[in-house]
Amino acid sequence: MSERWFPDSMPQPMVDKESLPWWQAAAQHRLTVQCCDNCQYCRLPPAPICSECQSNKSHWEEISGKGTLYSYTEVHRAVATGQTLPFVIAIIQLDMDGIGTGNSVRIMSNIVDANPDELEIGKAVSVAWETMSDTVSLPRFKLLSSS
Amino acid sequence: MAKKAHIVGVGETRYTKWGRIGEVTEHALACEAILTAVADAGLKIEDVDGLASFAEDRNEAIFLAAELGLPELRFGNMVWMPGGGGGCAAIANAAMAVETGQAEVVVVYRALCQGQFMRFGDGASELPGRGNGDSESPPPPGLLPADSLLMAAMGFVMPYGMITAAAAFALPMRRHMHLYGTTSEQLGKIAVTFRQHANRNPRAIMYERELTLEDHQNSAMIADPFHLFDCCLESDGACAVVVTTAERAADLAKRPIEIVATAQGAPKGYSFGSFTNPNIADELYATGGTAALANRLWEKAGLTPKDVDVAQIYDHFTGSVLMQLEDYGFCGPGEAGAFIDSGALSWEGGSLPTNTHGGNLSEAYMHGLSHVLEGARSLWGESCCQVEDADVCLVTSAAGVPSSALILQGH
Ligand SMILES: [Zn+2]
Repeated sequence: MSERWFPDSMPQPMVDKESLPWWQAAAQHRLTVQCCDNCQYCRLPPAPICSECQSNKSHWEEISGKGTLYSYTEVHRAVATGQTLPFVIAIIQLDMDGIGTGNSVRIMSNIVDANPDELEIGKAVSVAWETMSDTVSLPRFKLLSSS
Repeated sequence: MAKKAHIVGVGETRYTKWGRIGEVTEHALACEAILTAVADAGLKIEDVDGLASFAEDRNEAIFLAAELGLPELRFGNMVWMPGGGGGCAAIANAAMAVETGQAEVVVVYRALCQGQFMRFGDGASELPGRGNGDSESPPPPGLLPADSLLMAAMGFVMPYGMITAAAAFALPMRRHMHLYGTTSEQLGKIAVTFRQHANRNPRAIMYERELTLEDHQNSAMIADPFHLFDCCLESDGACAVVVTTAERAADLAKRPIEIVATAQGAPKGYSFGSFTNPNIADELYATGGTAALANRLWEKAGLTPKDVDVAQIYDHFTGSVLMQLEDYGFCGPGEAGAFIDSGALSWEGGSLPTNTHGGNLSEAYMHGLSHVLEGARSLWGESCCQVEDADVCLVTSAAGVPSSALILQGH
């Protein structure tokens, strides 16, 4: 088992046909984005057609899980019992590693193991997977500068 | 000449803290507010032939029409702009209905009894993906089916704890602070100013409760940078607005207030805004997302921000007001902090008296429809913080989600 930061009682993922492959990759600790076969535009969350060219053909690309902190909030109210407070919800600007058109893709997640004073927009982060169950793993992020 | 829609009456029930109204149902409150507004206009319920609402209203117009005894329902409408983003759009749709002859008298309403249903501040707490927090040994997390587009979108963010509006809107607010140096004290001044207005408004839940900047700074942190007093009230009550044509309005009880211009919508790729969408365009992320809508509104009205005498700006959070001041062009991007420091929002000597009823922060939280009531009152000369000779009023709905706005003129 991987390190745990959040309790089992956290809200659970809700999945449709579009997003199931993303969650299946996540369960294997692979962070993916959906990319258009036609124009290479990349997107999250998963969607049936490309917003830029309306093609319904797409494929999945794995990315490194590195990125920068785009914004964050330290939340002081629990959403689940047994939760450590405060916790940090963050927007991560993902490094696209030359994949697709290089268009911006961000993901909502958490920053874990950070001292609140260290949080600063623009800081480098890297994915840290949390295995919640056999079928669910979530990509949390850590500041690269913290030990 | 084309018909032009006007507001001719407004009304509300009493407002209380959420969960305090238990002796009547929420739809009974809706009916009470509608009847009060109709009477305010000098109309009878038999004159009403349309009902419109917003924000996933559980008080469906078809049932209210039957309960109220409308002779015929000719227009029943709900807005897609979610939550508080749709209040002005509901008025806009009512205006379109009367201007195109779909109906003659349309009442827009909003009723909330949160003790009888879920509390809005709990956000998505009752959505299916929410773990059972009361269970000592919850089932291991699994993948639940999303049965709607909203659930699919929420299902992608809720596992990280994103279930409240406070956290959702804290994210763009934090980035605004990073980009422009905006401070928590500047947000606090918004809360304090609106509280001062509410202290003059007997309808306001916070009528007798004063608030200082120190109180604001010392209040509990909810979702950084939002303290408790950056967050709106959660309330029970109902309110309603009557919309009809100039022709029908001519011999009614009150001077009709013209709905000069309306606009609603969302930028490209916005979906549910900051609640579910980390991929809002970079240039829009630290804004209310309403600048394009605002430009359309000014253009339609043939007016500019300088023409506004009084504004009722949706305030689910203080930061929402700050960002809309920039979106609607009262100041430039990043300048709203200094604009607020100038005292602009106060009805006493401010350059843009705003939320003269106290707003969602201090009067009551009716998902912003109360801002439309106050907009009309401020042009009738009925506000508790009356701006002298006010003629043009801007009313906005929630920013940070698909939104809507109105310009009202009293003539
Ligand atoms: Zn494409």
